[in-house]
Amino acid sequence: MAIRVLIAKPGLDGHDRGAKVIARALRDAGMEVIYTGLRQTPEMIAEAALQEDVDVVGLSILSGAHLALVPRIRELMIANEMGDVPILIGGIIPDEDKAKLQEMGVTGIFGPGASTDEIIDFINTIVKDGDGFEAASKTD
Amino acid sequence: MASKPLQKLTESLLQGNRRALSRLLSYVENEREGVDDVLAALFPHTGKAWIIGITGAPGTGKSSLVNTLAKAYRAHGTTVGIIAVDPTSPFSGGAILGDRIRMRDLSGDAGVFIRSMATRGSLGGLARATRDAIRVLDAAGFDLVLVETVGAGQSEVDIVRTAHTTVLVEAPGLGDDVQAIKAGILEIADILVVNKADRPGVKKTVAALKAMLELGHPASLGQLVAHHGRLLPVEDKANGRNAETPMWIPPIVQTIALETTGIDDLMTVIEAHRNHLVDAKIFAQIERQQIEIELHDRLRETLMRRFLQDIDDAILADVIAQIQARRLAPQTAIEQLLRHM
Repeated sequence: MAIRVLIAKPGLDGHDRGAKVIARALRDAGMEVIYTGLRQTPEMIAEAALQEDVDVVGLSILSGAHLALVPRIRELMIANEMGDVPILIGGIIPDEDKAKLQEMGVTGIFGPGASTDEIIDFINTIVKDGDGFEAASKTD
Repeated sequence: MASKPLQKLTESLLQGNRRALSRLLSYVENEREGVDDVLAALFPHTGKAWIIGITGAPGTGKSSLVNTLAKAYRAHGTTVGIIAVDPTSPFSGGAILGDRIRMRDLSGDAGVFIRSMATRGSLGGLARATRDAIRVLDAAGFDLVLVETVGAGQSEVDIVRTAHTTVLVEAPGLGDDVQAIKAGILEIADILVVNKADRPGVKKTVAALKAMLELGHPASLGQLVAHHGRLLPVEDKANGRNAETPMWIPPIVQTIALETTGIDDLMTVIEAHRNHLVDAKIFAQIERQQIEIELHDRLRETLMRRFLQDIDDAILADVIAQIQARRLAPQTAIEQLLRHM
């Protein structure tokens, strides 16, 4: 069963090479990558995550607006009963913001220099039960 | 009977819960245990949605057309479920599902639900679970289900076995008139769209398709092509039709999906096709054929799975070795293997 990953670029930033490199690497690692393209609002990202029932949301942010965008996306995902879906961030994140993002519920942050293997391993480790079937079967 | 959590999920789906819908689509795709019971429970709620297949070569503008078409239907209050299929890598098993990029206009509308699917090894232009996924969207109450196939070549024709109306999207400059008379995908179209109609070569493409219809349709006999899209009574006793049964000639619609040009025309001919199927009582006949094909598919899969479960691996390995040593022909081997069932 393939792990499904949403790769999205929130906000106003037109540089998607990094996002595409990651998308391609995850594809080659056997994952199904839903690629949404540029300039996505938090609402669009949360909606795509819901409709696609992804196991991981990967955000590429180079604009510096991460502290504004991430909490909104997280909030919308929680409202959609997707609070358990890990959010990973790639791009330019200053060290002093990393702890804040983690407090906001971000599971992993990968800056320049992070290898694609590292990201793949990370995803494989955190996604245990892809579509949530076992977890859902246990409740009730 | 489905497990309790699955039953709950099924109920939420029928009440319109989108999280339940997306979860169930995953379970269907992953062939989770008990999901057959869910599909069986949903089955009485299906059969209401009109299913439109959008197929065509990569880059002809299928996703953009789906986006524009869905938006136009939404303006009329019609709810739209979308399944967009993209190919799985034969090497890694992974996939890039990128059809949503073109569908951003549909974001934020509760009357639309878009789901991307990877083919996961299926070769006919759809994924194995697409048929069931359509049923889930149908049961969830969407009036219309748009199914976008993978960028199709000449023989990815599964869509016609699944959709009620099949739209084939072409674009100018993709091939000459010999391409247009080849067998396969062109034959399955109920409606032909020439998208990117602002590009050079559009007249040539339309002309080639018209010529194809003239040759290919026993009913067209020249003058009918001038009236493409209209229903004309045709004598065709060999196929059990009489003069009163109208024949459908695939209309050719020119569109520019990015500018919404031609979309109203496309909606009109889709409606005409639907009316044609229903009025001429062809719909029941097509549905019957589709059910028969589905049953054959399912039987084949189930028998194969059971056979592989039952057969001793050692016997299978032995037969393979014998074939490789040229002591046994594959044809004879099948007879031998079937005796173990």
